[in-house]
Amino acid sequence: RPDVIQPGYEPGTVVTDAVPQTTAPLGSPSEAEVEETLKRIQTHKGVIGTIVVNAEGIPIRTTLDNSTTVQYAGLLHQLTMKARSTVRDIDPQNDLTFLRIRSKKHEIMVAPDKEYLLIVIQNPSE
Amino acid sequence: MPVAHKTGTVKSKQGSNAQSQKAPAAKTVKAASKKKDEEDGTETGEGDEWMQGKTLIKPLDQLDLTEAELKEEFTRILTANNPHAPQNIVRYSFKERSYKPISSVDQLAVHFVLEGNLLHQDSDEARRQRAKQGLPEEKDTVETAVAEKPETPAAGGEDAGDVEEGGGEERADSVESKAGKKEQKITNQFNFSERASQTLNNPLRERGCQTEPPPRANFSATANQWEIYDVYLEVLQKQEKNKEKAKAVPKKDDDKGKKKMMLVETQSDDITKVAKVAKIIERMVNQNTFDDIAQDFKYFEDASDEYREQEGTLLPLWKFQYDKAKRLSVTALCWNESYKDLFAVGLGSYDFTKQGRGMLVFYSLKNSTFPEYIYPTTSGILCLDIHKHLPYLVAVGFYDGCVAVYNLKEETLQPIYKSTAKSGKHTDPVWQVKWQKDDMDNNHNFFSVSSDGRVVSWTLVKNELVFTDIIKLSLEGAVSEGPEGVQLPIMACGTSFDFHKQIDYLFLVGTEEGKIHKCSKAYSSQFLETYNAHNMAVDAVKWNHFHTKVFISCSSDWTVKIWDHTIKTPMFTFDLNASVGDVAWSPYSSTVFAAVTTDGKVHTFDLSINKYEAICQQPVVAKKKTKLTHIEFNPVYPIIIVGDDRGYVTSLKLSPNLRKKPKEKKGQELPKGPEVEIAKMEKLLSLLREPENSNA
Repeated sequence: RPDVIQPGYEPGTVVTDAVPQTTAPLGSPSEAEVEETLKRIQTHKGVIGTIVVNAEGIPIRTTLDNSTTVQYAGLLHQLTMKARSTVRDIDPQNDLTFLRIRSKKHEIMVAPDKEYLLIVIQNPSE
Repeated sequence: MPVAHKTGTVKSKQGSNAQSQKAPAAKTVKAASKKKDEEDGTETGEGDEWMQGKTLIKPLDQLDLTEAELKEEFTRILTANNPHAPQNIVRYSFKERSYKPISSVDQLAVHFVLEGNLLHQDSDEARRQRAKQGLPEEKDTVETAVAEKPETPAAGGEDAGDVEEGGGEERADSVESKAGKKEQKITNQFNFSERASQTLNNPLRERGCQTEPPPRANFSATANQWEIYDVYLEVLQKQEKNKEKAKAVPKKDDDKGKKKMMLVETQSDDITKVAKVAKIIERMVNQNTFDDIAQDFKYFEDASDEYREQEGTLLPLWKFQYDKAKRLSVTALCWNESYKDLFAVGLGSYDFTKQGRGMLVFYSLKNSTFPEYIYPTTSGILCLDIHKHLPYLVAVGFYDGCVAVYNLKEETLQPIYKSTAKSGKHTDPVWQVKWQKDDMDNNHNFFSVSSDGRVVSWTLVKNELVFTDIIKLSLEGAVSEGPEGVQLPIMACGTSFDFHKQIDYLFLVGTEEGKIHKCSKAYSSQFLETYNAHNMAVDAVKWNHFHTKVFISCSSDWTVKIWDHTIKTPMFTFDLNASVGDVAWSPYSSTVFAAVTTDGKVHTFDLSINKYEAICQQPVVAKKKTKLTHIEFNPVYPIIIVGDDRGYVTSLKLSPNLRKKPKEKKGQELPKGPEVEIAKMEKLLSLLREPENSNA
């Protein structure tokens, strides 16, 4: 590793760091940042699969096989809409943050967004 | 004259007679004239006989008319109007809601009505009467009918289809008699003949026209409370946008730019919108994996502490590491005041031979596997401080002497302010930075201390970092010979400082020589007090959170000392058998503090329990080769974070014995608040002071 000694520089100039910039602060995340986060989730201990579903209930990204994905996407999309409707009916200023369904075998976690839905199936005891 | 009169009257008479024949109704008009005529008639009749003898007697009231007047012809118009008929009948019209005169009034004047009692023999009434009168009449008719019977059936058939005949009457009678017997229905009085004719039916043609149906679309929606709320919000936002547009002069370029932006957003299936959601999921996944740690963090209280009177333990919780920071050591730790689960880690190196890059990393307790914010830097970080009120402003001091300010809200990885050689950066590593209260112009400012012997105040003015030397640490008595014989004071190296919690201008500076100087912001050349604290560099000096007079200092000479700033000698001295990297007061008690040593141990002291020894000495890192460099207490939760020289940060939970509050005396309420803490400390100090006073 080279020892780089840099003198003081003017603020505002572009600094080429010795460390390549791979991550950005989460003010407005770049695509790479999001991709990395998703990758981390997928490789996390116990995670069986990840599905990203769009507003119409169509899965746009998945790590599971097609039939399972379609099934999960369809069912969970409806459930999330219902849950969200319930929460918002009670108080319209409130909104659903996430939904967890723990079953005997594993846990399904759903986090809804305005346009997308992220589903993660994890086996927590692993 | 009478002749003329007569002719006039004769004329009128004749006329009237003729007219009267035609219209017998108009009698009244002529009544008067007729009377006259009659009179005249009688007169003329009488006149013929009595012509010679008599002259006409003129009635006295008879009109005297001139000849011209006599010759005057009066036209009498005979009309068919009934003079008695009303001329102005009005009827109420419901359509026009007013009384309307009837246009034509009935002019019939009935003079005489006589109701007769004749019945037509074929009428219903006549038949009924005949039926009542009985059989004798029928018998007569039957006889005649019998004779004619054989004729009628044969003829009847013929007649059925014929038009009226002369002999129809007879047959009609016979038919009548039959009717009398059989009560046959007679459809007309003469002869019923059915005549039907078929008209030519026009061929029917169906003509239809179909318009194009309006386009249909199925629409379904639910109307929930929240949908209504959302729509209202949208409307509000649009209104606000319109207001803004109205205020700002319309800039077409911006609008175009905005339009383009809008298009791009709708078209792309942007995965960046999943970012927030992905973050939440990552935290959830981590929570599942580290479920037991999370539970411990929240709920675990070491029960065995009840049996151990004067000892406590530290329960290890999460371990934070970032793989890109493995070769760096933790050089600074700071909790965020506003977000209690967020803390900053400064990474760099204490080894001057291994100076390279550094990193500023933020972790949240909710996600121990990956940092929230990462800022790589060119030079190793040695210290950092997060602003108390603005949780996004971070001041950082570097090994190369620069100071920088980062704004976490910004997207860039670069600091928003950085000091340069021109703008007064330190010439030696910056060992400590601390935010201060905003100055009079509401600019943020912070202080830094460095080995070059300067304590500098930096102010954030618009885009610049303006520096002010507060104090220069000079070695007392030592003076070096500079060029041209000028005597320059040698600068001491400042290694740590701390500002008093209540007294704004008062601060302490620890130096490499082992001295602690009490300084004031107002005096730039002189110290208020100097304490000969340690034999080696003072690594940390910290004021007590509660008691205003007490501060603590630690050094690489293996000691930790507690001072009362009015007294030159320490109140307490603790020897920890290893070089002490950092010491920190606890935020919940004035008598609890913790220190970390290079042998990997955390020493926790509670002076109210044990004045001489630590109540907890626990090795925190597995390998003894790792040195602990920094320690910080969380302001809210009972946990501490400890940084080591391998780039790891370990979080530990304090057991209940380490968090003891003063016991309540029987009958008294448990006192709360900082006063208690101060009193506690004061009590301890007073015990120490008396023997000292007596000694001194």
